[in-house]
Parts: sequence; C-alpha cells; structure tokens
Amino acid sequence: MAVGPDPFAAMTAFNRFGLGARPGDLAAAAGDPRGFLLEELHAPGSGRIEPGDLIASPQALQMFFADQQQQRIAREAAAMAAVAPMPAANAMAEPAMAGKPVEGKPKPAEPPAEQKIFRAEAMARFKAQLDASCGFVERLVAFWSNHFAVSVAKGQFIRVTAGAFEREAIRPHVLGKFSQLLIAAESHPAMIFFLDNQRSIGPGSRAGRFDAKGLNENLAREILELHTLGVGGGYSQEDVTALARIITGWSFAEAGGETGEPGSFFFKTNWHEPGAQTLLGKTYAQEGRAQGDAALLDLARRPATARHVASKLARHFIADDPPADVVDALTKTFLDSDGDLGVVCAALIAHDRAWSAPATKIRTPSEFVAAAMRATGFALSEPGQALGLLNALGMPLWQPAGPNGYPDTVAAWASPEQMKLRLDASWQMAQRARDVGSPLSVLDTASGLAASRETREALQHAESRQQALALLLMSPEFQRR
Amino acid sequence: MNSRVFSRRRALQGMSVACAAAFAPRPLSAAGARDPRVVVIILRGALDGLAAVAPVGDPDYAPLHGALALAPTGERAGLPLDGFFALHPAMPAFARLYREKRGAVVHAVATSYRERSHFDGQDVLESGFPGPGRTESGWLNRAVAVLPSSGGSARRGLGVGVTAPLVMRGPAPVLGWAPQGLPSAGDSLAMRTLDLYRHRDPALAAALESGLDTERVATQGGMSDDARKNKGGMDQPGGMRQASAGAARLLAAPEGPRVAALAFDGWDTHQNEGGVTGQLATRLSGLDGAFEELEKGLGEGWKDTIVLAITEFGRTARINGTNGTDHGTGTVALLAGGAVAGGRVIANWPGLKANQLYQGRDLAPTMDLRAVLKGMLADQFGLSAQALAEKVFPESASIAPMKGLTQA
Repeated sequence: MAVGPDPFAAMTAFNRFGLGARPGDLAAAAGDPRGFLLEELHAPGSGRIEPGDLIASPQALQMFFADQQQQRIAREAAAMAAVAPMPAANAMAEPAMAGKPVEGKPKPAEPPAEQKIFRAEAMARFKAQLDASCGFVERLVAFWSNHFAVSVAKGQFIRVTAGAFEREAIRPHVLGKFSQLLIAAESHPAMIFFLDNQRSIGPGSRAGRFDAKGLNENLAREILELHTLGVGGGYSQEDVTALARIITGWSFAEAGGETGEPGSFFFKTNWHEPGAQTLLGKTYAQEGRAQGDAALLDLARRPATARHVASKLARHFIADDPPADVVDALTKTFLDSDGDLGVVCAALIAHDRAWSAPATKIRTPSEFVAAAMRATGFALSEPGQALGLLNALGMPLWQPAGPNGYPDTVAAWASPEQMKLRLDASWQMAQRARDVGSPLSVLDTASGLAASRETREALQHAESRQQALALLLMSPEFQRR
Repeated sequence: MNSRVFSRRRALQGMSVACAAAFAPRPLSAAGARDPRVVVIILRGALDGLAAVAPVGDPDYAPLHGALALAPTGERAGLPLDGFFALHPAMPAFARLYREKRGAVVHAVATSYRERSHFDGQDVLESGFPGPGRTESGWLNRAVAVLPSSGGSARRGLGVGVTAPLVMRGPAPVLGWAPQGLPSAGDSLAMRTLDLYRHRDPALAAALESGLDTERVATQGGMSDDARKNKGGMDQPGGMRQASAGAARLLAAPEGPRVAALAFDGWDTHQNEGGVTGQLATRLSGLDGAFEELEKGLGEGWKDTIVLAITEFGRTARINGTNGTDHGTGTVALLAGGAVAGGRVIANWPGLKANQLYQGRDLAPTMDLRAVLKGMLADQFGLSAQALAEKVFPESASIAPMKGLTQA
C-alpha cells in the first residue's frame, strides 16, 4: 500500500465495505484503512444487538398466537350469531355478538403488538447502522440476512419474528462458523414457517401413517439451492426429497404449550421420517434432529458451498462479475478454516483487488439511506421515516420478493425507475436535514479529497443548500461503491 | 393417444396451414396502419397451470389434484372453455375475452429448462437463452433492439416496477415506471444531477434520463397523483391492477412505449394453494384484473395488442402433503388482446396417467414456449425467423415460430 494517508483507500473502506463516513470518520481511517476495518471485525460483541427491550421470538410468537386465538373466538361468536338470529331487542342490547361494528366505541390508542415489535426491531437495526464505526459488520449482517431471506409478506408470523430472526440467528454468527450460522438459520421458527417446514410430514412417520398428508420440499430445496451448494452445486431432485425427509419434524411448539415453550424450536418426533436417508451419496442413520444437524454440517463443509458463499461475497463487495482470483482465494480460505467467516472476511480485506477494483457497484436502497443518514448526522428518533424511504425505493425492510432475497446487481438497482426514485428520495432527505450547515462540508465528510472536481463544482453552483445536499446524495461518489 | 389428442393436434395443424397464407410481416405504424403493442406479464413463482386452466375432461385430473381440483359443474365448477378445459372461476374477464375470441390458452407448454430452481427457471424464461447462466439481457428487450427504426420513442421498452424484469433489460432503451410514494424532486435538481452524471458516470446518466422520460410521458398522459400512489404489492390484486393500469396509460400515449413487461409475484403455492377460493384464486383474480385494466386503459390501442402471461415452469400434477403443489414442468401461457386469434386452447395434450407425467410428477411439456413467443413477435412486429433465431432467442433455429396467433 501507499505510504501515508490515501484518501481513496479511506473512501473505499467506508463505501465499498461500510455504510459511509460520518463527520471526522475519513480522517480517522485514512492512516490505515484495512486496520480500521479489521478493528471493527475484532471488536468484542461485534454484530450483536443487546436485546434490551426487544422481544425474543418465542415471546413475540406467543403474542401472535394469543391474538389469533382471540380472532378465532370472535369469528366463531359471529358465526354463532349468524345461524341463530336473536330477537330484535336482544340484538340491540348485544351488537358485538352479531359481529357488527360497535358505534362510538373508542379506538384503541395503542398500535397493535406486531407493529410495535416490528418497529422496535427496525429501530434497533437502523441505530446499529448509524452507530457503527465503519459499518462493515452491519453490511455483513444485511448480506447474511439476505442470504437466509425471510419475508414479512408471508404474514404476521414473519412480521413479528423477522427482526428477532436477524438478531438471534444471523448476528451472533456472521463472524463465526458458517455451519453454526446455517443450523441457527434453518432451525429458527421464522425460517421454518417461511418455507413451510412445520407442515411437512414424513410419509412413513407415525403421523404420516394416520394422515394423508406428507412432505413439503420447500425448505429442503432452498437449503441446497440458495443457502449451501448453490444451483449447479451437483444435487438432484432425489437429494431434495432426501433432505426434505431428513428435516421432517423440524418445527416449533404451537400455542398449547404441550410440546415446549410456544414459539420455540421443537422437534416433532412423530412427524419425522424414520430410518436412514442418503443425501449426495452419504447415508445418514442418525435418529431425530441429529440427522438434520449432521446433514447440514456436511453441506456447510462442501466445496460447492464454499465457492457459492465466496462468489456471493465477492459479488456483493467487489463486482457483479466477481473477479476469479478473489473467488478462488475466498473459497480456499473458507475450506482451510472450516468455514470461519471472520477469517474469510479478513481474507477479503487483505486482497489487493478489493482495494484496486473500480467502484462499479451501486449502493442498495438500504445502504443508500443508511449512508445518507450517517453523512448528514440525521438524528433518527423513530423508524418511520427510514422505513418509508425503503418502501418507496423498492427495498422494504425484511420483505424481499422471494427466498432468494433482494437482487445484488447493478442492473437491478441502477434502473431508470430506481434512479428517478433516488432523485426524489434525495430531495426529501435534503429537505428534512434543515440545519445541516454547508453542503461542501458534508461532501468533505462523505468523500473528502476523493470527491471529484465536477461534483464539487455542481454543489457550489446549486441554487440552494437543499439542492446542493440532494446533488451530493445523488453524486456518483455517493451512489457508487 | 386418445381421440381428443388427435383432434387437437389436427386442429392445430389445420390452423397452421390455413394461416400460412395470411402470415406475412406487417408494416409498423405507418399512417393509419396497425400500431402493434406487446405486453408480457411474468408470473414469478411458477403458476399451477393445471389449476388455472383445468383439464376437467381428463379422468386422471381430479384424482391427482384432489381437493383443489375444479369440476365441470357444481360448486367447484370452472368457467367453461371448450368442454375439455375449464378456466379458474377467479378469471371472469379472461373468460369473456375467450368467448369474444380475444383470449387464448397454450397448454402443456414449457421453456427448455427442465430443472426445478425458480431463479434459473426465470432466467431461462426471461433471457430467452436455452439454458441458465445467461442473464445479461432479456428476449423482449433484444426484440425491441432489432425492430426497424429503433430509437424513436415508440421503439423503447417499458419495465414496470422499481427494477425492470430481466426480460426487459438489455441494449434497447427502456423506460421504467412504478407506483410510488414520494413527491417529485422537480426539474432543476433533475437537470443538474443529469449534467453531473453526463460528465462523471454515463451509465447513471442514461438510467436517470430514461426514468425522467417516463415521468414526462406519465404527466403528459394525464396520470393523476392518485394513480401513481402505491396500492399494494405485486402479489396483491390491487397492486397488479394498478401496475397494469399505469402500463396501459403509458402504452396508450402517442409517444409512449409499445412493448412492456410486468412481473407479478406470489405463485409459489407450496401449501394451502386453495381451489375455487384461496391464495391462488386471489392471485388469479389479480391477473384477471390486469387483463381488464390493460383492455380498458389501452382504449383504441387494444385492438392491436397482445398481452401474454407466462411463468418459469408449472407445478407437480399431484397435490403434496400440505394441500399445495411443488415445482413442476409443463404449464400454461395465457394470451389476451384485440390482436389475438382467440377462443381456443392450443394444446397437444399429453395426458395425466402416471406414465404420461414428466418424471412421474409433472404435466409433460409438449410445446416449447419459444415457439409461442416467436410467433407473437413475428406476427406483431414482422421479425424474421432469422432475427428471432439469432438475436432474440439464440440457438433456437430448430424451433419454428407458431403461426396464426393473431387475427388475420
């Protein structure tokens, strides 16, 4: 590396790897940008969010179950009332029983529990992004959260658990062993529900023999295709079915509590397909949950998995078409370290190409909003503004269109509609940042000496502070990474 | 082979012969001539073709599809099409179009992809290449790129949604439009940003310029603020209708695009698929609403339009253990529009007996979807078989464009 502070390397640390610089950050990192990133990686508790007031998934799900139960009771009462019409006088006295809206009844002042849970989790995530020294670890959290995508579009079950899923299954493992991350993600109630595994019954299991129901291969397929080997990773339809049988019984305890704390992982022995299963040529004779754990451990260690993960990391951090030497180096590190993701990330930082490749990628909406808030010192007091911007920019929080997560290519995020939306979003953010001071000092914060002459001039010639700030947020230095 | 298959096959051949004479490239919008439009709707997640257009006349269908199966009559009756096939009852608008001979179904159709990954399946469907891994551009965009006199505003594509579907990405200029929730930034900032991009980042300049163009077309087309406001996701009937109404508005504008792509989500019905009602029915009602909105919004333009709904693959013929269906192969493509030679189900029916299913699981594909896509592009835009085989659908010379998809 060059001797002395390198403004471009410091900007690379914050833009390519992090979530953008806050005032003073660039100077702090300029002496040793790689060391700056490593320091964040090695900080104790890095990636984690202390629960504080946040609710663990079993408790969140218990609220959800209780809410469902209440709705069921109300529905049944309404149905009863409909089949047995009451005398008119009686009906007047008890309008609620007829399922009609009650006139004049005050609306509850409290927002519904699931909304409160979701917003609290969102706020904790945004706060972690704003407070991060660089944001590399938060980028890794978002990366793995997207790799193991769940979507709140599936319904309230995910809405109340999506934040806890990221906090409980993803965050503790982003710098640990991939195998542990994999097992934590696949056994979390949010993932089990999102990909329907709680309904999958082994045809030869005790439950399966008394019920016409059977396998659902959704989770098994996505484990192989998306989470481990990757498409083209050398598995067949038979392997999908075998893995589906292996993980039958991976479920969660329901509302009744007979099987354990409601909302926590529960292995349903009666639903599990008995006997040995052969996956990718290897036979798994373990009983119960151990069979699935063993299969996932092996999947986590396969070369195809190492290459799949390495390619995705290189695509995310360096270029859509990931450089082969980086992919090779990360694959080797992954295999040599038994999937130690902290070691793999250090290898990524150590690779010269990670610092020399041109900034061809564009920030995702989530990265863009976080970087804009960091650069302008935005004091986020409630999550609504950031959530609204993410919705408008087509990347609503924890709501990708499918289990493959949000796209990670330039074409997807530098589209015509997206650029027009970013222009509008930049204008909104610039108008909200009323006491931001000189836009040129914000430019120094975000890009420092790496800012181009054209961008600097465009800001100087802007017709208002707000316009200058919006231009800064739209500038190539701010959009590209 | 039963007689049904025979008559169907013969009908198809007969049609091909009858239409061969009528088939000739048509002039593009010269004064007073046709002004053809094509709208492609990608159904992401793999539509259950056997549920959307049910072969109620096939005795093997009801046992396979179990509680989800439609029936010829009674409570679970589909909307009658031709006696053998019935349409899902959530699609009354498409049924009407079919009766008016402006709607058609292609059944037991598939791309060349034979695995079961959504994402690769969508890449093959949208890229137009014979296999996965080629995602730099989509076939609809490349079709626009080879149109004569490309460059005029009418020769631009339109991608609906915050990100354009792959089928519409590529070398030809593309407008983007999506329902949105932010007030417009205004011209001054837009022009200054564009100027900065022209100096520093030509790719972003091109994208932003195109995005701004759409805004202009939408405004000149009189699209109200309310019409632009987001009314639900692309997996919700409200969102599907709104996206289609917006696309129709842009396609109807004299200076607007003539080729558009939309993508609707939510077709991955692994559990609780539902029959006459339920989650698939809800999605199908959204698709039906999309056809209706396009018809309404295109006005005069509808008579020269083909709307085509396609999906990456079908679903297993037998319902699974959770009252849903897993990833399968053969499925349907739906065509609607004033230009469609409709009122028919085009199929070479393979049957649903165990030994007739693909890999014992899926409706067997008997037609390559590219034949349909090629036929549509040839009929609508006069693209030559050579351009279609080389530029639009590479390595597809052996697949002839289906003839007679449009009205003579």
